[in-house]
Amino acid sequence: MREVLGDRRTILVLLAPALAIYTLVMLVPMLWSLGYTVFDGSVISGFQFAGLDNFSRLFSDPKIADALWFTVKYAVVITVGQVLFGYVLSLLYVFVLKRASALIRTLVFFPVVMPTVAVALLFQKLFEVAPQTGPVNALLNAFGLESVNWLGDPGNAFVVLAVMDIWRSMGFYAVLLYAGLIDIPEDVLEAARLDGASGWRLVRNIVIPLSFPVLISSLIFSINGTLKVFDSIYALTGGGPGTATTPLTLAMYRTSFASGDYGYGATIALALTVLSLLVTLLIFKTSRRDLTQG
Amino acid sequence: MTTTPLIAPHADLRTGERPAPRPRRRRRPMRTLRKLPLYAVVALLLVSVLYPLVWLVLGAFKTQDEFLNSPTWALPEDFTNLANFGDAWGSVSQYLLNSTLAVFPALLVMLVIGTAAGFALEIMVWKGRNTVLLVFLVGIMVPWQMILLPLFTVYFQAGLTQTLWPLIITYTATGLPLTVFLMATYFRAIPREVFEAATLDGASMLRSLVSIAFPMMKNAIFTIALVQFFFMWNDLLIALTFTTRDELRTVQAGLLNFTGEFGVVQYGPTFAAICINVLVILAIYLFLNQRVMRGMAAGAVKG
Repeated sequence: MREVLGDRRTILVLLAPALAIYTLVMLVPMLWSLGYTVFDGSVISGFQFAGLDNFSRLFSDPKIADALWFTVKYAVVITVGQVLFGYVLSLLYVFVLKRASALIRTLVFFPVVMPTVAVALLFQKLFEVAPQTGPVNALLNAFGLESVNWLGDPGNAFVVLAVMDIWRSMGFYAVLLYAGLIDIPEDVLEAARLDGASGWRLVRNIVIPLSFPVLISSLIFSINGTLKVFDSIYALTGGGPGTATTPLTLAMYRTSFASGDYGYGATIALALTVLSLLVTLLIFKTSRRDLTQG
Repeated sequence: MTTTPLIAPHADLRTGERPAPRPRRRRRPMRTLRKLPLYAVVALLLVSVLYPLVWLVLGAFKTQDEFLNSPTWALPEDFTNLANFGDAWGSVSQYLLNSTLAVFPALLVMLVIGTAAGFALEIMVWKGRNTVLLVFLVGIMVPWQMILLPLFTVYFQAGLTQTLWPLIITYTATGLPLTVFLMATYFRAIPREVFEAATLDGASMLRSLVSIAFPMMKNAIFTIALVQFFFMWNDLLIALTFTTRDELRTVQAGLLNFTGEFGVVQYGPTFAAICINVLVILAIYLFLNQRVMRGMAAGAVKG
């Protein structure tokens, strides 16, 4: 039995294709990209050894400092927004709508699978000022307020971005957290209700502690995605106005492919990787500690 | 991610509803009144989700004149005006074709070799399989920006940037880590005795994989296929980086280009182009929404 289940040739035949493609297309390029960080130039112009220049440039580059700050700001705001809206929705599904929630769950989830660019173009038009007054500004006008130049101002552009990304993903987090909430045993809730807990107190003292593990994994998943955000920003604002909404991913893309600076681009990519590993580790550690303390 | 699955492997796969609440004792009119704010919240939610989509579809029927001179919430004057769709279809059909040609071969190859690898890592018994699984997990954690530059160099020097091959290859590889990891998790649920029995009956492990594992895993494979389909179809970063010619653009990269081509001022065709792409996804989603939702949630918790 051992021989058949542990047959080396079969293992090789089954594993080799996946491992080979994965190694060639992902692992080797990762290491290769590390190598690029000590070079200057691009595939078209050729490479020169640059030592640690790219790293010293990284730490003194105000554009990178801005991009890093924006990445962190975006990740915190959007992660909190996504998980919070998702959680409120999932509570709505489980405790209020109950069996009627299936249709609403399905509808609210749909934007999750829409192409990001389609969503971004749609939101550009929704928040448009001129030549057409978009629905959002039309609504403001109806209340007697002035139209707002949504995408032309850094602060407003961030608001539109936040609204769009939360609109796009709240259905996903709602379904994710919903799966956690329906796992809370009904008798625990019943017991708490008999003890007089209801509404907010039930949620705060029973539901949140019991769904804490799912909340944490949602947070980790969300922050991992938001730190790597590219599609929605590239399509909605293109990083603008100016570079006001440029995260590290977009800075890396621009540096590498618009300016043809591979070495520096690879250095930014490395910084991004380190950042996302650190953040995941941090959340994981803190959540572990909290869980043991109960 | 190295997170231990915080939800039991299959708990998130079911759409179990809670048991029906016990019948209420009395129904008072007060109850309906108290629920009024709640109905308002649900209505607001539905409007905020649905109105942008409805507005999008309506826009696809409007003429340029209506866009510029009628209020934005006005209905189109002529619902039989399909000119916008006609204008958009030429390029959009090319984008759809490119996406199809890039995504489906990648999806097929990835599923076959990913399932085989998951089988080798979970059912077969050998030293070092946990290490290999961890190596695959690295691919889930590290941002794709880390692999773009070397890959572009290779594709460029091999002269592949004039074809769809870079997309097919890259999609296959980037989809593998999650697929292998999920398949390994799903295989864990099949008792190894099943395969031991098959072996006693004289089946080789390859035979067991084809005749037993594949049929038993049909649902899991389909769910993963569906989730990965959406990831690949909606990818922008890879499509943008590796397609240099207009004729090769996928749905996402093409839509971005579309506004450029017609200028931002050409509303109708842009709306129609977005609309076609959303409808394609909607058609798939309408049939498979429960599976899509479950699959995506499963991928997230384990990913």
